[in-house]
Amino acid sequence: MTSESHAPKSAAARLFDIRLLIGGLFVLYGLMLGIAGFFVSDKARAKAAGININLWLGVGMLVLGLLFLLWRKLNPLKVEPDAEVAADVGGPDVRH
Amino acid sequence: MLRLDVNVFDYAILAVYFALVVVIGLLARRAIATSEDFLLSGRSLPAWVTGLAFISANLGAIEILGMAANGAQYGLSTVHFYWIGAVPAMIFLGLVMMPFYYKSKVRSVPEFLLRRFNPATHLFNAVSFAVAAVLIAGVNLYALALVIKSLIGWPIWVSIILSAAFVLVYITLGGLSAAIYNEVLQFFVIIAGLVPLVIIGLKDVGGWHGLQMKVHNDKLFNSWAGTHVGTWNNPLGDWIGIVMGLGFVLSFGYWTTNFAEVQRALSAKDLSAAQRTPLIGSFPKIFIPALTIIPGLIAIAVIPKMGSGDKAYNNAIPLLMNKYLPNGTLGVALAGLLAAFMAGMAANVSSFNTVFTYDIWQTYVRKGRSDSYYLRVGRIVTVIGILIGIATAFIASGYTNIMNYIQLLFSYFNAPLFATFIIAMFWKRATAWSGVAGLAAGTIGAAVMHFAGYHIGYFYPGGDVLSHAKVNAQMVNFYGAIVAFVADAVVTVIVSLVTRPKPVEELAGLVYGVPDPNAPDPKSLPKPSWWASPKLLGGVSAGIVVVLSLIFT
Repeated sequence: MTSESHAPKSAAARLFDIRLLIGGLFVLYGLMLGIAGFFVSDKARAKAAGININLWLGVGMLVLGLLFLLWRKLNPLKVEPDAEVAADVGGPDVRH
Repeated sequence: MLRLDVNVFDYAILAVYFALVVVIGLLARRAIATSEDFLLSGRSLPAWVTGLAFISANLGAIEILGMAANGAQYGLSTVHFYWIGAVPAMIFLGLVMMPFYYKSKVRSVPEFLLRRFNPATHLFNAVSFAVAAVLIAGVNLYALALVIKSLIGWPIWVSIILSAAFVLVYITLGGLSAAIYNEVLQFFVIIAGLVPLVIIGLKDVGGWHGLQMKVHNDKLFNSWAGTHVGTWNNPLGDWIGIVMGLGFVLSFGYWTTNFAEVQRALSAKDLSAAQRTPLIGSFPKIFIPALTIIPGLIAIAVIPKMGSGDKAYNNAIPLLMNKYLPNGTLGVALAGLLAAFMAGMAANVSSFNTVFTYDIWQTYVRKGRSDSYYLRVGRIVTVIGILIGIATAFIASGYTNIMNYIQLLFSYFNAPLFATFIIAMFWKRATAWSGVAGLAAGTIGAAVMHFAGYHIGYFYPGGDVLSHAKVNAQMVNFYGAIVAFVADAVVTVIVSLVTRPKPVEELAGLVYGVPDPNAPDPKSLPKPSWWASPKLLGGVSAGIVVVLSLIFT
């Protein structure tokens, strides 16, 4: 536990990048729906007013997911060296 | 009976989503070492994340289903809840009020009142907010359980315990960061679930023109028609109520002082990002009505006997999901809806724990302990808040009307808030005791007007109390807000004039025209790129609203 005089430092710099999870989820959903769209039944198509909605939603989600992954690759989170050192070395470890 | 035809494919999509919700909680836990990490995300998040969370915290399922119901009932007039009743307040928060909140380094909205006024004002606001937040979290939980019961057939108690357990796991582990990250994810999933409904529905009825033909009620395709003062027949009443009551008092009160919203901006990494939080959020807010009002109108066109029996207006979106969505897409829409319920609950719990920990426990009960003590308190309070939410949900399942009473009661507390804040930030003469006096007067004013409204003929369609028409409850609500605002402002000014003002040094950084002498020189701070300028974002957002309002008058 930390002592009273030594205030713990913020570990916020360790927060992960949400773009990875959004991108990952949408790519996975996009593939699941897109594959289902290739095996669409006449009944499912008729239900959706003649649109193969699983295919289109799947393609849309796949594209959005890939855009998030691309954005993350082109513009990665910058970890400030100070914060990283403070979190890993300087700050007392308060994980219970 | 409204029962969705859910199969194993849909359950797989749901399972992936709920697994990810827990993963976010586990991963966010690594980034928590201090109480501010837990309760304010260590003030480290980028503007696009806090901006989407800002809108998502409001985009709970009760809001989505309710606005679709309004769309079915009131038609295009429902856009007033977005374009007049949200966007201007969000722009005002970002451009005008956020610098006071963010630069003064307050950790919550009540803490601003503590520094600007006195402990009485602070307690009045902190306690009413904290109690409202946990009770409304419970209302959300109950509403979620009701929807799951009708759509999938699970018993109420199973859904209450299970969904509370998910929220408990991810917020107790990952704190506000986990809540915000889940809100961002939920934002995209709910949009992915609603867009197919609109596309399929519009194709089915023959486009926008076909929708107008099939609904066959021109009143539902105007937003400003019939709002003349004195002879109104718009479903939302006259323009004074809409512009002043909804657009000014209620909207500014909610968006600029509700801590569940402002907290998202306070967790941003710098002042520019905090200012941009509500501004970025305003863009989706402008276009969300297309995903709620249009399904409401489509439901009227294609579902026979819409609005009666178990085809209540509130079920418009579930009924359309049932009618149009094949398995797979249905799973995505269901995941979005359930996620939106959980986000509604999580936003309330994650703002409750901050206000309770900092504003009540640290300020009045146990002062001056170590930060790790308050971090522990924050976690324990999160668990307690969820347990109270569960208890509220079970009580609500026994006495359904209690939900309405809870929301009504807290609307009295919310109505006058903006009067107090705007005077606090722009009139340095407002004294310590004027804060609580104004808030109390405004709360009483809202309650009195609410009961009086039922006896005033003007609020009835046709203008007569004795007619058999029902009172226009929205209009009473809007006018009640105006009364609350005026009562609050008048009492605040009177009390200020007869009591001693606070010394100007204590107001540094809290009031317009009293700069904080310790603040860093604004010229030394890094300037954001031109495209990220708050003024530009706010101006573009306002411009889009004006153009859309002209198109859809």
